[in-house]
Amino acid sequence: MNNKPKIGVYVCHCGMNIAKTVDVEAVAEFASHLPYVKVARNYSYMCSDPGQLLIKEDIKNEGLTRVVVASCSPRMHELTFRKTVAAAGLNPYYLEMANIREQCSWVHENREEATAKAKKLVYAAVAKVRLLEPLQEKEVEVEPSALIVGGGIAGIQAALDIAAAGFKVYMVEKTPSVGGKMSQLDKTFPTLDCSACILTPKMVDVASHPNIDLMTYSQVEDISGYVGNFDVKVRKKARYVDMNKCTGCGACAEACRLTGRIPSEFNEGLGKRAAIYLPFPQAVPAKYTIDPERCLMLTRGKCGKGPKCMEACAAGAINFEQQDEVVEFKVGTVIIATGYELFDASKKPEYGYSDYPNVITGLELERLVAASGPTGGNIVIGEGENATVPKEVAFISCVGSRDASVGNEYCSRVCCMYSAKLAHLVTEKLPDSNVRIYYMDVRAFGKGYEEFYDRVRREGVRYIRGNPSEIFKRGDKLVVKAEDTLMGKPLEDEVDMVVLATGLEPRKDAREIIDILKLSQSADGFYLEAHPKLAPVDTATDGVYLAGCAQGPKDIPDTVAQAKGAASSALILLSSGKVKVQAQISNINEATCRGCGYCVEICPYGAIDLVEVNRMGNMVQVARVNEALCKGCGACAAGCFSGSAQQRSFKDQQILPQIAVLGAMK
Amino acid sequence: MSEQFEPNVVAFLCNWCSYAGADLAGTSRIQYPPNLNVIRVMCTGRINPLFVINAFQQGADGVLVSGCHPGDCHYMEGNYFARRRFTMMKELLDYVGVDNKRFHMSWVSASEGAKWKDVVKSTVDEAKEVGPFAQFQRNKINW
Repeated sequence: MNNKPKIGVYVCHCGMNIAKTVDVEAVAEFASHLPYVKVARNYSYMCSDPGQLLIKEDIKNEGLTRVVVASCSPRMHELTFRKTVAAAGLNPYYLEMANIREQCSWVHENREEATAKAKKLVYAAVAKVRLLEPLQEKEVEVEPSALIVGGGIAGIQAALDIAAAGFKVYMVEKTPSVGGKMSQLDKTFPTLDCSACILTPKMVDVASHPNIDLMTYSQVEDISGYVGNFDVKVRKKARYVDMNKCTGCGACAEACRLTGRIPSEFNEGLGKRAAIYLPFPQAVPAKYTIDPERCLMLTRGKCGKGPKCMEACAAGAINFEQQDEVVEFKVGTVIIATGYELFDASKKPEYGYSDYPNVITGLELERLVAASGPTGGNIVIGEGENATVPKEVAFISCVGSRDASVGNEYCSRVCCMYSAKLAHLVTEKLPDSNVRIYYMDVRAFGKGYEEFYDRVRREGVRYIRGNPSEIFKRGDKLVVKAEDTLMGKPLEDEVDMVVLATGLEPRKDAREIIDILKLSQSADGFYLEAHPKLAPVDTATDGVYLAGCAQGPKDIPDTVAQAKGAASSALILLSSGKVKVQAQISNINEATCRGCGYCVEICPYGAIDLVEVNRMGNMVQVARVNEALCKGCGACAAGCFSGSAQQRSFKDQQILPQIAVLGAMK
Repeated sequence: MSEQFEPNVVAFLCNWCSYAGADLAGTSRIQYPPNLNVIRVMCTGRINPLFVINAFQQGADGVLVSGCHPGDCHYMEGNYFARRRFTMMKELLDYVGVDNKRFHMSWVSASEGAKWKDVVKSTVDEAKEVGPFAQFQRNKINW
C-alpha cells in the first residue's frame, strides 16, 4: 500500500440550485485533473441516500482515502458527509467541503464567473484535504441536570417537562416570583381562559416538584465549561426575609411605614405596595421580599424607633443582616427563557403616553380589567373620587412594532390579538362603551384567532384602518388624529381613553446572558437560533437552548410549544448521558515547544499549562493542552512563535495550500 | 491599469459569525462580485498574520479578515487578538508600501447578510482601484 492520497471529488447540483449558475460537469471535469484526484463525479443531490451511496461505494471500490464534497455550506451538511465517510470505514475528518452554493451559485448570476469561482473553491479544498489528518472523537459524560434561566411560562413548562423525565432542574428567576409576564394577564386570547387559572397550578408545581430546585430573586453570575459539563454560579440576592420562617401572612406589609406608597411592578405602577412585599397574591414562592432600594431601614439605616415589619412578624423571619449568597453547581445543559420587555410607549411622544393619564398601554389596561388588579376589575380613569368610567375607547395597534423609526421592524405577533381580546373585555364590562381599533393590518394567524377577530367585530368593535399621527387634548377629551385609509378620509376622533398596543422588545439586560454564554443576537436584538427553520431552539453553543420570547416575539401557545421543544432537545442530551466533544482542537508539539508560555497567556479557556518534561536528559518546560478544556479556537496556533501549537484540521500546513490556490489561481 | 482588471481577493472568515453571515447572504440570494474567495477558520484569533503575507505572496491583490463583532466572539476573546494583530499589521503593511486599500478587516455577524455584501463590494472595489499587486509575489511554491 502506498501513502499517496486518493481523493474523490463530488460536485452536487442541488437540483438546480447550484447547476443553474455553475457548470457542475465542467467543475467535475476540472477536478478530475487535479493532483491526487482519483474520481470526480457530479450528482443531482449529494446529500440524498443515492448520493451518499455513491461516495461510500467509491471509498470501497476505488480505495479513496480523502473526500471532497462541493455543495452547500459546511455549516449545513458537514456532519452528514462526515457520517457518510465514517460509514464507509474512513476517518470522518478526511473530509473537506467546498461551499459552492451559499457562497457561489446563490450570490452570482454570471454562469462563467460562478463556474470559475467554483473551480477555485474545489481546487482549494482538494489542496487542503490531502493534508488532513485522522482525528478521534472523544466522548464525555453529561451531568444529569439542567439549568433554566427565567421563570415565565416558557421556563416553567421546560422545567416541568425535564423534571418529569426524572432529571434535576435548577430554575433561576430574577424577580421574587415565578410566573413572568403571563401572570400579569387577565384573560388569554382566543379562548378567554383566565390566565391565572391556567398558570398558577404550573407555578405551584414548579415550586413543589422534588426534582426542581427553584431559585427566585436570583441571578446567573457565570456559566463556564462546555456541553454536558457547565459550571454555574448563581447569586441569590438577599431578601432580608428568612425563606424558611416566612409564612406569607402579610402582616409585615400592612405594618410597613411605606405601605401603599411604592408603585407595584406587578400592576404596572397602577397599584401601590409596601417596601416589604409579595409581588402578587398568587406569587410562588409565597414569601415576602424587602425592596432594598425603597426600605427605609436598608437605605437610611433607620426606620422610626425600629422597623415595624420586624415587630409585626410573628415568625421572626425578618433579618436585615442577611447577605447575598452565591451558590455553585454543575449542569449538563442550559435553557434560556428570559422573555421580553414591552416597548416603552414614551418613545412615541406623539401619542402622549407621558403627558396624559388616560393614555395607557395594553398591559396597564390588562391590570385594570383583572379582578385581582388595583381597581378590582373596574375600568376607570384616574384614582379615588375623581375616577371616571370611559365611554369612548380607542386602541392603537403596532406601537413600537413594524416601525423603523423606533428601530423595530418586526411584527410583535401578539398585539393584534391582545387588542381584540381587551376590546372584547371592555365591551363586556362597559356595555355602553364604544370601542374602536386603529390598525395597520390585522394579523390573526393562529388557531381560532380569525374566528375570535370576527367575533369581536360582531360585538360592535369598529376597526379603522389607519395609523394615528397624533393624540392631543381638547377639553377633557382626547383627540385621535388619523386618516381612515380605506375611506381616504382624515378624521379627528374624540375619546375618553386611548390604549396603546405596545410591541415586544428584547430585554435591556439581554447582554448579561450574551456575555456569559456567548450567544448571538439577530438583527432585531433577540437571541439568535442556530437555524431559523430547522434548529429554532438550538443556539450556536452546544447544549444551550432557547425558549419563548427570548428568541423572538411569540404568543403563549407558540411559547409553550417552543419550551417543550427546548426541553426535548435538552432531554436528548441528558438521557443519552454522553456527548461527543470537539475533535478539531489544538495540539502542541512538545519536541519543538520552547516553553515560553505565550500560548498559556493567550488561551481564553485556560486550557494550556506549562509542564516539565525530560528532553534528552534536561528538564525543560513545555506547554501542554488539556483536551477536555480546549474548544478549538486556534488562538494559540496563531500566537505561537515556533509553530509548535497547531489546531487540528486547521494547521498552518493545511491552510497554506488553500491560500496558495486561491491566491495564485486567477 | 486596464479597465478589465478584476482583482483577486482572499478572505479569512470565522466560522461562527462572518462565515454564517456570508451563508445568509447566499440564502437571501444577495448578489455580490465573485472576486473574493473564502477560507474558513474557526476563529479570527486563529489567523496568523503570515497568512495575509502569504496570500499577497501567492498573488492576491487584496485580503480581508472578518469575524464576530467585538464582544461577540464565540471563543470569548479571539476577535480581540485579531483586532490588535491586524491593526498593527495594517500599519506595518502601510510602512512597507502596501496600500491600505488592499487589506481590510470587518465585523460581520451571522445575521448581517446584507452587510457582508457591502463588505465584499467595498473590499473588491478598493482592490480594483489600486490595481494588480506584484510587490510581494514570489515564485509559486510547490505544495
